[in-house]
Amino acid sequence: MATEDATGGRGPDATGVEATTHPLPDGETCERILARMLLIRRFEERAGEMYAKAKIGGFLHLCIGEEATIVGATQALRDGDYLLSTYREHGQALARGTPPEAVMAELFGKVDGCSRGRGGSMHLFDMERRFLGGYGIVGGNLPLAAGVALASDYSGTDDVTLCMFGDGATNQGTFGETMNLAALWKLPVVFMVINNQFGMGTALERHSAVTDLSRKAESFGIPGSRCDGMDVLDVHRRVGAALEKARTQGAPQLIEAVTYRYRGHSMADPEEYRSKDEVEQWRGRDPLATFPAPLVEDGVLSEDAIEALDKRALEAVDEAVEFAERSPFPDLDSLYDDIYVIGEQVRDPWWSTDSRAPGVHRGEEEREAGDVARELAEAGAAHADETDPDTRRARARGEGG
Amino acid sequence: MAEMRYREALNLALREEMDADERVFLMGEDIGVFQGAFKVTAGLLQEFGERRVRDTPISENTIVGMGVGSAMAGLRPVVELMTINFSLLALDQIVNCAASIRYMFGAQVKVPLVIRMPQGAGHQLGPTHSHSFEALYLHVPGLLVAAPSTAADARGLLKAAIRDDNPVIFIEHETLYGRRGEVPEDQEPMRFGEAAVRREGADVTIVGISRMAETALKAADVLASEHEVEAEVIDPRTLRPLDLDTILASVRKTNRAVIVEEGWPHGGVGANMAALIQEHAFDWLDAPVGRVTGADVPMPYSKPLEQAAFPHEEHVVKAALATFRDV
Repeated sequence: MATEDATGGRGPDATGVEATTHPLPDGETCERILARMLLIRRFEERAGEMYAKAKIGGFLHLCIGEEATIVGATQALRDGDYLLSTYREHGQALARGTPPEAVMAELFGKVDGCSRGRGGSMHLFDMERRFLGGYGIVGGNLPLAAGVALASDYSGTDDVTLCMFGDGATNQGTFGETMNLAALWKLPVVFMVINNQFGMGTALERHSAVTDLSRKAESFGIPGSRCDGMDVLDVHRRVGAALEKARTQGAPQLIEAVTYRYRGHSMADPEEYRSKDEVEQWRGRDPLATFPAPLVEDGVLSEDAIEALDKRALEAVDEAVEFAERSPFPDLDSLYDDIYVIGEQVRDPWWSTDSRAPGVHRGEEEREAGDVARELAEAGAAHADETDPDTRRARARGEGG
Repeated sequence: MAEMRYREALNLALREEMDADERVFLMGEDIGVFQGAFKVTAGLLQEFGERRVRDTPISENTIVGMGVGSAMAGLRPVVELMTINFSLLALDQIVNCAASIRYMFGAQVKVPLVIRMPQGAGHQLGPTHSHSFEALYLHVPGLLVAAPSTAADARGLLKAAIRDDNPVIFIEHETLYGRRGEVPEDQEPMRFGEAAVRREGADVTIVGISRMAETALKAADVLASEHEVEAEVIDPRTLRPLDLDTILASVRKTNRAVIVEEGWPHGGVGANMAALIQEHAFDWLDAPVGRVTGADVPMPYSKPLEQAAFPHEEHVVKAALATFRDV
């Protein structure tokens, strides 16, 4: 239920983060940054449309508004560094270089998706680019990130792990536990709170007693700093410095990026918890407008060049949708694949049970269990074509799901 | 063969695997300077140093999560939790991460993690330190579950667990830590999914899980000496994968089955196994499958109440004889 208190103004001026000016990098860097931010923006807009058309199932959490935070941070990573993120992570995968085709195909639940259709929007993964996943449990990725950093430290590499999570995650037990362990063991990890002002629909000051989140790890021995999450250069500078400290001194750091998401928590969000005026104020700080403006003024990039970048982003997204449409759904026979690594202890076939059919199937060889199992799997999968009319109408109105 | 205690066999397995593979390391509460709450890790800190034997703060969910993360990044962590009750604090990382990550990320990564922990009643530790949760972990696809009951199995299965590429829930038993047993000098890793027939018999099959394998053997002696019933006692050793073939072969011979576990009855290991037995050997059964379980209560502290709340050989004898009643 919306109340005046709960939805009161928290415009960009109320965050306590002052906008600063950074010298512009060279033209090539600016172009790369802008291209990534545009790709994310256009991708997310199209994903929203595809969700309304029921091409995408489940929940869909868009990061529109957070592009500067995502790109500023990921641009500071080396190729060997690891990145872990939350369930709002399409942008992180794209920024790390996962092809938009593979991300869109994953959202469509197709076999060519970056998690082979097993994970969906909330569980993207790209081992090759050391993007170690989107995680569906708030705060669940912090211990994993510390573990990855431990492996780097243990193995004597100088890879750093960057772990992103939302403002809501700072209230989970794993936050305190992980901060303590990371500081105690001097792990090469940087924790990054993407403070978009809401834990789902609960505003920061209604879910956290301390609202300067950069201070929340101080008592665990982890210094924090804030950056302007709407300013890609500010994010880049802060995260870059933190990564360096973690890399060279084994000193874990906490960075808070103060940002805003323009769309709802997920597509099923009537946004009763904030005012249109507040959203408009933040739209005035849209990084897709504020970053290119001085580039044009200073003659770093022409308006035509920026338009061309945007066109390229739109084309990439078109291609991603076409690819996702063309890609097949995973074969029903793959249902039992890859639950286990087959080897000495889990031999093929392994036992599994399936309560739909009388009897026990032998795991990955269920495909050879005969016509009955196959018919039952097909009977189940046939329901994928059903769409509940209420859901369809709600999605068309931009509410449902 | 050498005789050693169950805890010494575990210690030896850890030492051997750490010697063999630099990627193997230990994490847990009080496993180092304190030498382990049950002394399983005694001496390992002195031998391998703090890099590989890591005392952790009391943060179960994060310890397990760090195990998962470091396993994803190429290490082979062995995490000790002080009792299986404490693993409930880590259930998010065990189920949502360790068990799911390989499948949900399309097989791009593996999680070679071992989580060791003891379970079981009998030490008057009350309702937060005494439970048995095999069934809880058996429930989860993606996990392997071992519950060794002898020193040799403890060593052989732990070596196998550490070398395997899957996450393993390795369930020890507080009462068994002090038990002596024969252990081969050069023990190869055992295979999961191979049950042990501890005693042969033609009249009734008794499956005993974890410490209950021992209780089942005691019951078999009573059945033989006092009731002229020859029981076949099977210790599955691992619950995922389960050696159902050995159990079914025995049931087809004896036509009767009793399953003994220390955990709770509803949704228990025995409930699951009874379902499998009747699905596959219905025509061979001469009686309903019997179950002996822990009482359906949080474990009480008071000694008589506690002893009343988990199975002893008398319960097993009674359940076995019940399968001979006219039905």
